[in-house]
Amino acid sequence: MVSVEYAGEATMNEVCYISTGDKKLKSEVIRIKGNVADLQVFEMTSGISVGETVEFTGELLSVELGPGLLGQIYDGLQNPLPELAEQCGFFLDRGVYLAALDHKKVWDFTPTVKVGARVEAGEQIGFVKEGLFNHWIMVPFQVEGVLTIESIVAAGRYTLNDVLAEAKNEKGDLHQLTMVFNWPVKRAIKSYAERLKPEETLITKLRIIDTFIPVAKGGTYCIPGPFGAGKTVLQQITSRYADADIIIIAACGERAGEVVETLKEFPELIDPKTGRSLMERTIIICNTSSMPVAAREASVYTAVTMAEYYRQMGLNVLMLADSTSRWAQAMREMSGRLEEIPGEEAFPAYLESLIAAFYERAGIVRLKSGDIGSVTIGGTVSPAGGNFEEPVTQATLKVVGAFHGLSQQRADARKYPAIHPLESWSKYKGIIDPQKTEYGRAILFKGDEVGQMMKVVGEEGTSLDDYIIYLKSELLDYVYIQQNSFDPVDAAVEPERQLHIYDILIGILTARLDFAGKEEARSWFNRVRQNFLDYNGKKWQSEEFYNLEKTISELLADQKIGIEADAEGLWAGESRRGQ
Amino acid sequence: MQKVYSKIESISGNVITVKATGVRYKELAVVGSRYGSSMAEVIRLRGDEVALQVFNGGRGVSTGDEVRFMGEPMKVSFSVNLLGRIFDGSGRPRDGGPELADTMVEIGGPSVNPAKRIIPRNMVRTGIPMIDVFNSLVESQKLPIFSVSGEPYNELLARIALQAEVDIIVLGGMGLKYDDYLFFKDTLEKGGVMSRTVFFVHTASDPVVESLLVPDIALAVAENFAIQNKRVLVLLTDMTNFADALKEIAITMEQVPSNRGYPGDLYTQLASRYEKAVDFEGSGSITVLGVTTMPGDDVTHPVPDNTGYITEGQFYLRNGRIEPFGSLSRLKQLVNGDTREDHRAIMDGMIKLYAAYKESLEKKSMGFKMSDWDEKLLTYGRLFEQEMMDLSVNIPLEAALDKGWEILGGCFAPEETGLKTELIEKYCRSKV
Repeated sequence: MVSVEYAGEATMNEVCYISTGDKKLKSEVIRIKGNVADLQVFEMTSGISVGETVEFTGELLSVELGPGLLGQIYDGLQNPLPELAEQCGFFLDRGVYLAALDHKKVWDFTPTVKVGARVEAGEQIGFVKEGLFNHWIMVPFQVEGVLTIESIVAAGRYTLNDVLAEAKNEKGDLHQLTMVFNWPVKRAIKSYAERLKPEETLITKLRIIDTFIPVAKGGTYCIPGPFGAGKTVLQQITSRYADADIIIIAACGERAGEVVETLKEFPELIDPKTGRSLMERTIIICNTSSMPVAAREASVYTAVTMAEYYRQMGLNVLMLADSTSRWAQAMREMSGRLEEIPGEEAFPAYLESLIAAFYERAGIVRLKSGDIGSVTIGGTVSPAGGNFEEPVTQATLKVVGAFHGLSQQRADARKYPAIHPLESWSKYKGIIDPQKTEYGRAILFKGDEVGQMMKVVGEEGTSLDDYIIYLKSELLDYVYIQQNSFDPVDAAVEPERQLHIYDILIGILTARLDFAGKEEARSWFNRVRQNFLDYNGKKWQSEEFYNLEKTISELLADQKIGIEADAEGLWAGESRRGQ
Repeated sequence: MQKVYSKIESISGNVITVKATGVRYKELAVVGSRYGSSMAEVIRLRGDEVALQVFNGGRGVSTGDEVRFMGEPMKVSFSVNLLGRIFDGSGRPRDGGPELADTMVEIGGPSVNPAKRIIPRNMVRTGIPMIDVFNSLVESQKLPIFSVSGEPYNELLARIALQAEVDIIVLGGMGLKYDDYLFFKDTLEKGGVMSRTVFFVHTASDPVVESLLVPDIALAVAENFAIQNKRVLVLLTDMTNFADALKEIAITMEQVPSNRGYPGDLYTQLASRYEKAVDFEGSGSITVLGVTTMPGDDVTHPVPDNTGYITEGQFYLRNGRIEPFGSLSRLKQLVNGDTREDHRAIMDGMIKLYAAYKESLEKKSMGFKMSDWDEKLLTYGRLFEQEMMDLSVNIPLEAALDKGWEILGGCFAPEETGLKTELIEKYCRSKV
């Protein structure tokens, strides 16, 4: 942190440049007192000496929005990392800032408004093709009032800086519209007609999430978990398979190696939905743990601003932040340097309101054009000591719509994804009839109880009925909740398949089974499990798939003597719908 | 131009302040006292008040002592002459050899551009089944060994150093006991790897501040070797001492502590060191293995806790064995897919069964009747501990996988293993 004496005016959160040697270091005003402004520097501060000059820009920290963002890899301040590597080699030299977008690139622009049209902030004047999408060129979000288009160019090839249209507002001020404009990262974009309730499920192709603890388009969820429980792997799987138009990954204060996996693999992975490389729908904002702390704080805002920008085009955007705890820690470090009175665990007192404000930037909205766009935010939380009672986890839980808590025990037992099926919850609607998922949950719950009891009274002290419930819950856990992300088939399960196999599974779970003893029961369940595991690894609707399905139903028919009393309603409802 | 100041305003712990102008943040200075001169680093500038951290400690520094600013940050000499040499925490020779001053490189330099990293893809074979089979070490990985005092972590580190296939070994010792330092020296000399090893050793009797420099110096040297296309293994022991030194300085500087007295930026401080582990695109690599002793065997202690979030997994060393639970190599998936097709299956399957064995063991200790299944698990667990977990086992990966099938086949019927049928048919000869 640097304190600077200034003459004239200083604005809170404005960007400044500190000159040291031949470098200019970007920084942000975070406190003003008298004629002294405190700056947080987005770079390493070594070598700065007292008496150096500081340049105030008058601009808030903002990002450049326009076509060309997709497929990019930025640092927290929107510096494109591959270009930086070309210029500086292996290391991130400080004080080097490059243009976020390629201003020389030519885009095919098609206008959609005519002279005389009246447009407001966020409304479209035309589009360019960016990869798979029509990238709408919009009136900058900060424009106030209604503009009347005075002139607009014909369809053709233009660069980012070419003036595409001129428009006048009511007062007669002329606005020149280009493809690109800046927006301050810490302000939410509000140029839409109305915010809607998130109802549609966002498919992640992970069985436990889609079936039991779903996420909604425009919703929020968090993944707290101790280290080693698989937070980042879960995020990576989601970024790969989730059914969103655009994925924005904010790697915030985490390991560089993990980002590298994403940014080297994504260009080669093909999105099955579109047949194009996954990178074409991805933006990576990467401020890893060894990069300067202050930029880490900015990086999540940079990411969410881009997410909102694409939402304004009627797209479904999923933003993944890994990890929000690092972001909170960055705030803690700054707060400590400002010598603010610390709150719990030395986090600043305003932590909760900032976390809430961040997650509130998610949402599904109806745009002024009538299209629907959404931003879904999923954040990981890395609680100190794996203890969820810490400030960041608690503040996050208050504001999110789904909680996917990872458990160390499950991770230790290699039960992946290590989401705890009983502790996690979601307020959103899933893809499977809630009655059936409730039944599955109840089995898990009862099975867990029996399991606990068995630890006390032993297997011999457990009744056969209880023991069967225990085995059923183990089966559900083993073949449905756990999922092998390295198996080419099992890694991503389409909703149809989830519906199909959950029905088969619920058939087993609701069946009254006839066993002579525990030994027989266990060996039968082992056989079913073995077949089900093989079944999960077979291609959807392939011959082998149906063969194994047949084996499983034969196994069931051997032992089934009816339906559990508590499940009769479940099947009755089913047959009614069937008619 | 070197400026000399001869009035020290305050001395508190290892931190002194002088009034000076034109000083740069992180610049180096020499403090001369009648007990010998010491290097010091600028850690805060406030107006004309400069706070310096004295590497040799504040003891014996007088207010009339001389402070001479060098005008440049901490640097270390880098050349092949480093190999086979032993230095202390501030880079002075400890082995009686000549001081090196050619090609000085800056320490604690900028971080690597993620776009210039590549996905690690080479396994580092160690001959220890608990590492090779269950948690493979990968080139460019950063991995700590979580342990408590008294465990043979330095022995484990030395063994990995001897057996791992790397070009250069850099050992950074922080607060190392003198015996341990000699142990490393002897072991590496006997193992014949001393000629490609550099030591930066801060022993427990040296001034505490010097231990703060050890990781930075060691990693700066490693980085320069790596750029010259060398595969470097950096061993850091013990990072908890490093964190404690950070805490000491932070408290002296009157920073607001966050958790158990540690500064709020502990995570960032540790991360900026561990993150030096890298595989450069088109060049060498740095693999970092550190030791983190857990005070009171408490993994939620801030040091192991923050470390765990930074590193790509961890090894738990307990009772002289690498524990399968909790131990994890985050990068193993990148390499264990192309070793042998049964590698992953054995890795997961055996651990799941070992977890079940632990449950049975618990039941047994509570006096419950053991079912047939429990008995099978108990046999299995015993075999697993003897033939896989024991640190004295020294076999290549393939032999260890075969051993795994042998143990499984000896204990269970095929469908009890929970493994895929195709693999069982190919590798498993069940005797049950």
